[in-house]
Amino acid sequence: MQPRGSILGTRVQRVEDPQLLTRGGVYTDDLVDDALASAVHVSFVRSPIAHARITSIDLTALRAAPGFVAAFTAEDLALPGARPMLATIDERFTRPILAAGTVRYVGEPVAIVVTEGYYQAEDVGELVDIEYDPLPPVVDPLAAGRDEVLLFPDVGTNTVCEFLPEHRDEQLFENCEVVVSSEIVNQRVAPAPLETRAAAASWGSDDRLTMWLPNQGAQTSQRALAALLGLDISRLRIVTPDVGGAFGAKFGADPEHAAVAWVARELARPARWSEQRYDNMLAMTHGRAQLQTVTIGGDRDGKLRAYRLDVVQDCGAYPAIGALLPSLTRMMAPGTYRFERVESAARCVVTNTTPIGAYRGAGRPEATAAVERAVDLFAAEIGMDPADVRRRNLLPAFAEPQENGSGALYDSGDYPAALELALSAAGYDDLRREQAERRERGDVRLLGIGLASYVEITGGGDEAGAPSENALIEVHPDGTATILTGTSPHGQGHATAWAMLASDELGIPIELITVRHGDTDLVPEGGGTGGSRSLQQGGAAVQQAARELADIARLRAADMLEANPDDLRIDRDRAAITVAGSPHVAVTLAELAGVERLFVRTVFTAPGATFPFGAHVAVVEVDTETGRPTLLRLISVDDAGVVLNPLLADGQRHGGLAQGAAQALFEEMVYDDDGNPLTATFADYAFPSAAELPMFQLETMETPTTYNPLGAKGLGEAGTIGSTPAVQNAVIDAVAHLGVRHIDMPTTSRRIWEAIQTATTNAEGRL
Amino acid sequence: MIPAPFEYLRAHDVAHALDLLREHGDEAKLLAGGHSLLPMMKLRLARPTVLIDIAELADLDYVRVDGDTLAVGALATHARVGEAELVRAEAPLIAHSASLIGDPQVRHRGTIGGSLAHADPAADLPMAVLAAGATLVLEGPAGRREVDADDFFTGFFTTALEPDEILVEIRLPRRAGEPWGYEKFVRRSNDWAIVGVATVAGRVALANMGSAPLRAAETERALAAGAGIDAAAELAAENTDPVSDLHADPAYRRHLARVLVARALSSAPG
Repeated sequence: MQPRGSILGTRVQRVEDPQLLTRGGVYTDDLVDDALASAVHVSFVRSPIAHARITSIDLTALRAAPGFVAAFTAEDLALPGARPMLATIDERFTRPILAAGTVRYVGEPVAIVVTEGYYQAEDVGELVDIEYDPLPPVVDPLAAGRDEVLLFPDVGTNTVCEFLPEHRDEQLFENCEVVVSSEIVNQRVAPAPLETRAAAASWGSDDRLTMWLPNQGAQTSQRALAALLGLDISRLRIVTPDVGGAFGAKFGADPEHAAVAWVARELARPARWSEQRYDNMLAMTHGRAQLQTVTIGGDRDGKLRAYRLDVVQDCGAYPAIGALLPSLTRMMAPGTYRFERVESAARCVVTNTTPIGAYRGAGRPEATAAVERAVDLFAAEIGMDPADVRRRNLLPAFAEPQENGSGALYDSGDYPAALELALSAAGYDDLRREQAERRERGDVRLLGIGLASYVEITGGGDEAGAPSENALIEVHPDGTATILTGTSPHGQGHATAWAMLASDELGIPIELITVRHGDTDLVPEGGGTGGSRSLQQGGAAVQQAARELADIARLRAADMLEANPDDLRIDRDRAAITVAGSPHVAVTLAELAGVERLFVRTVFTAPGATFPFGAHVAVVEVDTETGRPTLLRLISVDDAGVVLNPLLADGQRHGGLAQGAAQALFEEMVYDDDGNPLTATFADYAFPSAAELPMFQLETMETPTTYNPLGAKGLGEAGTIGSTPAVQNAVIDAVAHLGVRHIDMPTTSRRIWEAIQTATTNAEGRL
Repeated sequence: MIPAPFEYLRAHDVAHALDLLREHGDEAKLLAGGHSLLPMMKLRLARPTVLIDIAELADLDYVRVDGDTLAVGALATHARVGEAELVRAEAPLIAHSASLIGDPQVRHRGTIGGSLAHADPAADLPMAVLAAGATLVLEGPAGRREVDADDFFTGFFTTALEPDEILVEIRLPRRAGEPWGYEKFVRRSNDWAIVGVATVAGRVALANMGSAPLRAAETERALAAGAGIDAAAELAAENTDPVSDLHADPAYRRHLARVLVARALSSAPG
């Protein structure tokens, strides 16, 4: 509980919204800046073939085209490309900025076309004459794993890396009465942010680059771009304008960003790039893309004993972040359950498809989806209610950190309470009754109820050590304050949340506080926003900075007021330092700032990652004549510790739930056998609108963490983690009595109908 | 996703539009609401070198009763067709069909004439006017001619329109109070139909069951002969040749057609 009178925990309206909704945010493509006057426009000619050798590139026809400035190929660039992110991965898997010799996926950039005008780029690009000598493509990751077709013949294998247990336990399921196994597809999805990728680059007379880059963290982009360009980071200034959605796919820097910077330098003119939607669907990293084999064992009374998860991670054509994500999947494999034995393994392979990157949840949703499906499979096999199987096997509540048997240290949790809250909020028993009644009367529209219990990892550290973030607060003589943060909002509401935290400590009204981020000259250090880390580290840093600033103010006020610092208090009604017992003796923070600059920069370091958790219940109606699923209800308990602002938290949860349900029901990036993407426009890539989704039912539960003074864990990705298996389980549950055990995502009408047909045919065959 | 270069011309009236069409031949495309043509141009699947904008021909934007038919101007938007009291009363099937197209933005730009001339086999209005037994009025250099909806849709995105003709009016039999039914099977509300069914007055039309909207002739014959709904619906997919795509293979489409025809016939709200 917050002290009385605190604004923490209240629904403060988002201060950033008037600008974003009425006066317009400033996105990279909207930027007006003297440094970008007379900028050229960069576009990319992309491979239309999944796998081929480039036999020739002829640029002569372009030169006479209206607006033509320049065109470049890999030979011109002489940049090393993006090396694999793990030192253990063979460097020959390096992703070039432009394809050199071989193209490995449809959408891979092959040539750069530079034009005076944006609209000329596509006309000029059409004149680039590239001859390809097709190679056999490999699209299926299992086929890729057989190494019959190699993407990198020099390396000799498509397997990029493997994450294996120290020894494989052949007796993992030895004492289990029941063992169930299934293959599960966690399908490839596209991040599809409203704002596609963009950049604007300008080299100064000091040969230093200023690059506007809509991303999740200017500092991480600065490091990544410096590596791609082979420059020291001191030569790069990255500025983050407003960002129209990222979902994990705007971290670091992509090859195209390096190309834009290179073009600006080569031509000695500022350069801009704004990606078209079609290009974005082909060439921004995709997410998920795991083939999983789950095996789960236990007893007929519902006790779970052992669990094995085998993952084949499709990395796409080059190992990007996607090659690392299975390690998170493995770490979170057992989820919220108390297994006696857990084993997991992952193999990462390249295929002739778009590279895989982080996507909201990034490795953890895949773990939850696997184990939650496995538990339902087990429940169906032994004929027990899936809620009861979960009740029987969830880890009991704990307040001290505990190992999960798979390499994660869960900080705090009460998984049974989250499940019971979700079940009672859903009216679970009534739902089961209605389900039975509908089945009994032969209703065409059956009811399915799906559960998911989840725990995830947020705010983890990097290889550099414990998770940390910096913040700087300065109070100005006019009574306003500025916060500099190393986190980087792209929709979350940092400006509101950080101002709340500073205001709560210092008494400066929220409307007088400006939050700044995303400029490496202004904020040289920072981890950006990803992995649901911002509040628990960036927010904790802001609170810490405000407290340290209050301490400094007391010391200075002590000199000024000739008082003992111990007798001085901060008066939050006046943003002033007062003498205890003599409130008329006071000096405001603004007055102190007028005497000498009043600011603090601090770094908050957490002891480790936190593990938010929860439970989701989905209610789905399935039309058995057509197969059509309709999501009727989605009830969520998302416990991310103490909530700073329920309005912001609800927004994160709604978006996450929608995105998670979308993976279960709608979205999939589909390739044909030749590696041609079939869902590269919004007419074909089926993300849902509000019309396809019910109003979500959000339940409140707050189990604090001790890892930061706010008691907060991460929440940005939680919605996507529980909802996907809850909705998928609900769809399967609706038709489970017909003998259906599993339907892969997205659970489309067609797949559901086909599953019903197969189950019905099988049942007839048994008669 | 930027169209290839094109010349933009704006027509003042139908006669002017016909002159421009004659002048530019099949290099030209008429632009009304643009919600089918422009996306195809942005993907460079369509590359007309001349666009003749007819969107402001106010004399083609109307809904009026003309004897025993309801006359709808080709430039009436989907929103207008869907919401006009006259259409809702006299041709409720058409009003309902128009109200399901795309999303509000699309419905306020897209026009009935544009949709019919585009002739997407998966679209709402081609199927609906076929079920309604509409007559389409085409105007060309030689004057006006009338074509039954049955003869208008000739194949995949092709119609009876000659390159120098404009679809100017849709004439609908007045069917106030007659039962009708409509089923649109979609994944998302703003999608094209995976399979669509429209029925009124014993006529049953299907969307996305072939290269053009078509009538479920066997079902209609069975109904006329007094068959029950279920028996008639069983024949809905006879003589159809539906495509296979991401959403459905031919077998599933035929199954959907049978189920949806049964539902459309059963629902037929008065």
